Amino acid sequence: MQLNPKYIPLGATGIVLVALYLTGCYLYPAFGTPRVLVNLLGDNAFLGIAAVGATFVILSGGIDLSVGSLIAFTGIFIAKLLQLGWDPAWAVPVALAIGGAGGAIMGSLIQVFALPPFLVTLAGLFFLRGLAFVVHPESIPIDHPFYAEILPQLSIVVAPKAVLPFTAICFIFAVVIGTFVASFTPFGRNVYAVGSNETSARLMGLPVSATKVATYSLAGLFSAFAGIVSTFYMQSGNPASFVGLELDTIAAVVIGGTLLTGGVGFVPGTLMGVLILGVIQTLITFNGSLNSWWTRIVIGALLLVFILIQKLISRSRVGISSGAKARFPVKRDPPRRVEAV
Amino acid sequence: MSPIFDALFWLAFGALLYAVRRQRILWPLLALALLLLFNQLFTPGFFRLQVLEGHLYGSRIDILNQGAKVMLLSLGMVLVIATGGVDLSVGAVMAIAAAVAARLVVTSSSATPLAIAAAIAASLLAGAWNGLLVAGFGVQPIVATLILMVAGRGIAQLITEGQIINFSDPLMVFLGNGHLFGLPFTLSLVLAMLLLTHLLVRRTALGLFIESVGDNDRASRYSGISSRQVKFFAYTFSGFCAGLAGLIASSNIKSADANNIGLYLELDAILAVVVGGTALTGGRFYLIGAVIGALFIQTLTTTLYARNVSADISPVPKALVIIGVCLLQSEPFRERLHRLLSRQPA
Amino acid sequence: MPVPCPNQSARVVVGNPVLSIRGLSRRFPGVQALDRVDLAVERGEIHALMGENGAGKSTLIKTLTGVFPRDAGEAALDGVPVNPKSPRAAERLGISTVYQEVNLIPDLSVAENICLGRQPVFLGAIRWGAIARRARQALSRLDLKVDVSRQLSSYPIAIQQLVAIARALDISAKLLILDEPTSSLDDGEAEELFKILRKLRGDGLGILFVTHFLEQVYKLCDSVTILRNGRLVGRFPIKELPRVKLVAHMMGKELQEVEALAQKRVHAAPVREETALLKATGLGRKGSIHPLDLEIRPGEVVGLAGLLGSGRTETARLLFGIDKPDQGSLEIDGVPAILRSPRAAIRQRIALTPEDRKVAGIIPNLTVRENIILALQAGRGPWKRLSRADQEKLADRFIQGLAIKTPHRDQLVKNLSGGNQQKVLLARWLATAARIFILDEPTRGIDVGAKAEVEKLVGALRQDGLGVLFISSELEEIVRQSQRVIVLRDRRQVGELAGAAISVDAILQTIAKEDPEARAA
Repeated sequence: MQLNPKYIPLGATGIVLVALYLTGCYLYPAFGTPRVLVNLLGDNAFLGIAAVGATFVILSGGIDLSVGSLIAFTGIFIAKLLQLGWDPAWAVPVALAIGGAGGAIMGSLIQVFALPPFLVTLAGLFFLRGLAFVVHPESIPIDHPFYAEILPQLSIVVAPKAVLPFTAICFIFAVVIGTFVASFTPFGRNVYAVGSNETSARLMGLPVSATKVATYSLAGLFSAFAGIVSTFYMQSGNPASFVGLELDTIAAVVIGGTLLTGGVGFVPGTLMGVLILGVIQTLITFNGSLNSWWTRIVIGALLLVFILIQKLISRSRVGISSGAKARFPVKRDPPRRVEAV
Repeated sequence: MSPIFDALFWLAFGALLYAVRRQRILWPLLALALLLLFNQLFTPGFFRLQVLEGHLYGSRIDILNQGAKVMLLSLGMVLVIATGGVDLSVGAVMAIAAAVAARLVVTSSSATPLAIAAAIAASLLAGAWNGLLVAGFGVQPIVATLILMVAGRGIAQLITEGQIINFSDPLMVFLGNGHLFGLPFTLSLVLAMLLLTHLLVRRTALGLFIESVGDNDRASRYSGISSRQVKFFAYTFSGFCAGLAGLIASSNIKSADANNIGLYLELDAILAVVVGGTALTGGRFYLIGAVIGALFIQTLTTTLYARNVSADISPVPKALVIIGVCLLQSEPFRERLHRLLSRQPA
Repeated sequence: MPVPCPNQSARVVVGNPVLSIRGLSRRFPGVQALDRVDLAVERGEIHALMGENGAGKSTLIKTLTGVFPRDAGEAALDGVPVNPKSPRAAERLGISTVYQEVNLIPDLSVAENICLGRQPVFLGAIRWGAIARRARQALSRLDLKVDVSRQLSSYPIAIQQLVAIARALDISAKLLILDEPTSSLDDGEAEELFKILRKLRGDGLGILFVTHFLEQVYKLCDSVTILRNGRLVGRFPIKELPRVKLVAHMMGKELQEVEALAQKRVHAAPVREETALLKATGLGRKGSIHPLDLEIRPGEVVGLAGLLGSGRTETARLLFGIDKPDQGSLEIDGVPAILRSPRAAIRQRIALTPEDRKVAGIIPNLTVRENIILALQAGRGPWKRLSRADQEKLADRFIQGLAIKTPHRDQLVKNLSGGNQQKVLLARWLATAARIFILDEPTRGIDVGAKAEVEKLVGALRQDGLGVLFISSELEEIVRQSQRVIVLRDRRQVGELAGAAISVDAILQTIAKEDPEARAA
């Protein structure tokens, strides 16, 4: 499919990822091993899963600041339930349901009362963070047999010394599901349509309100999933964890080629964006002398580059303008030609 | 003795409320009053004032002191929001300013005022950067300021080389902890900034231009206003306010912690502006309203603290406040409320 | 005044209608937008719908397709009564509308746009192959072959519009309503569209074609329905309707009546031959307006006349620096000038009161006082603030001078009536040192008394030696005010009248005159 402007940010992402990876291999011989790849996927699994969910929200033209708090909340919630003797087979679906419901509530407030998504999800950020501490004020280690015995067995040995942990498998699973929903279901296509031009989408008869609420619910679901995966990774739940993760999520989505204004982007792109963040982090770890704050600076610089690319592309787009989005309320200039009544 | 002071306080507050009863600033003041009233009635010791070593102490003084950072931030944020934008980077800019000042004070032999000036310069630069992206390149404000929000802390850490820089320089320490005329110096700083901002926007035509651009950008341009210059100014000024707030924050803890200084304060600042009566869509703005909004948020925090609500849980009431304020500003909500109320039997 | 229409009482009867509307009415608070309108479109016919501002065209379409409920009247599709409750329902019945702003999704592919909301699905998954096939099929109905997998926005508007039509037809195929489809097309693209429409007509489709472009109506359409002020003026076969009559109907004039209209002409002193305040030579912009020549001399009122959509506002935008011309030149006081922005135009002492004052004129949440002093203050810059006392004095002067009805000077402008808002806008520019006033529909929506005041004001400007470009769709007004009138039609200049030659009749004739150039295009 030859669709040039849409694929430019994605192409840029791919180039950046490959370039960074090859640089790493060149600089550090140990970089190019399967073990590093496997760790990339496993260490960034919760970020990645959350980013997949966030992709949908951003594609529809919204934004979700509550990601980090929801992950932390889910983590401590699961840990608490397990501590109280619940079976993971029950705890997990309940946590997922709460995530989905929370997202739906935020989405409904945004849609029904025309509240700015920015502020509503900000309230979600605060609310869930506080709620996490209500569940339990400190971190709870998990020593449930599922975690201790079954979980390690669910990993796949990819190569000698390279074991793909279950968290990475969950990550890949989330990406596959996300890609399928985005590219192969009418709902996914509606998300793209709404994000690209909401007015047109409405006039074409698409269920705009339901779609938008559903994206927030889906993001909540994925964030809850990420929270569950985070417990696999950390073997505990911690209400104070993942502060600021929402920014990394947004960065991963944008660097992955999704326009913040919505309508353009791909879930595999988000995967690449997450991997880029991971590779940068790994490079810096390998280096040892470069300090961790360079991660933030490089991510910020990358974000800047991608946003400027996006700006250039959107300026050269022919035809219908995508219009200002209601993520952060911007007064819209009505179309110049006002048809007389 | 104390009941007399309390009575005088309420008398004065009441008079203030009455004086502004027809103005928009009534609402944030009322909210503040209700919160304070709640404490007066149900939180023992909240209204107690003490004088120690010539300085006044008490919960209300704490509010003024602790709230200084957000009050300063809100002065810049209100102008940015009035132009129809937002500045998410102020927390990170705080960290940058703190890092610059601390670094210079501790390592170089230059005088402290120079270090402070350098910190302010850095924050102005940061604000100008945002202004360039938004006004010059037309990047959406959320997106543009997000970049500095992400990278800014990295830059701050770069300056502090990953350490938490402790300092004991008397001038730096005084900024956040000193007293002037018995009251915290931060209060004087906030009042001075309030005065400066007022002069800057109300004694010139800048305030009018900002409100005009935020209300109807196109018509403003057709009337000859340079919308770009106005927006550039707003973001630069916001950077300046963040720089001041950063100096205060680092002074409070006598160190520059690039990771934690100003964390989530941008959200508090936005909330303060909105509680203070300025609409998120831009246009008419209320300086004093924003400051009172900041006071309200700080009072909320202090109230929870005084009632032994863990600091970790305090975000929950904040969240409810955000939703509440948003709903009150939302047209569809007000319509439904109206219909609901008018259906009730007389 | 509404002209008694010979067809008003007779019911419109047509042989083989695919769409038949009788007595459709719709009222909005304060205005009867549609008043017992009849409309009929035959099978295999391209039917034009025309009318000036406030005629009711868009209300008719919106009421027919269910955006608004109807107050009275019936509609029938192929003889079957219909009353759709939403555009989607109308679509399913067989009535599809393609709006001027192509309402499709720019970031999705052509194929997706055609099938959006109706994708063939297998076990929950979209069948992409089937979508591509369906899209190609739909486009082939228009004899259009494009790469359906490419992004819609990568195609020019003309193609996007055809995709919109293809989608509309794919959903339903009885009546196609096109709302100003050629406004964004150039002549070549419009011709392509017409070829396709003629083919569809041959296939038996009924097409309702809403437009302002006279030439296109004569080139393409079989018959026309004209509305005015919400009422039906008449339905005419194109072959039997001379242009002049069409224009006259649209403006509500009967040629015989025209001489009887009392016309108060402003007999101005002959304009002194000095350097023009503003001189445009061959000024034009692709997609906006063909190159035109325009001159405004000191103490002169130049009228700009034409039907809605003829390019009047586009001209104003070029002269005020909102749009940049891609050909031609501009001279201010004999000195060449390039206006890069409104600020540049204002520096050249040009002022504009825009046509859409709510969007581009008033600052709604600022006060009357602030709106009035805004341009003056902008000219002084932010540091030289007008004192409150000065502001109040200035505001009061204009509130009184223009009789602006406001409880006090600090009333929010959005609360004023349209007419008073317009006066505030005028006051804004009168307060500055502007020398060239571009007034775009300054008396629209103003009551009679206020209109007279505005006209008096224009006269005063003239007497002070200033220049005015007076744009209006009300011909009598133009005739009363102007020393010269430039006539536009279909985005090009078709004539200029001066002095005694100016009359309503003459303007009508000029608009209606067959332009050999335009026809050949």
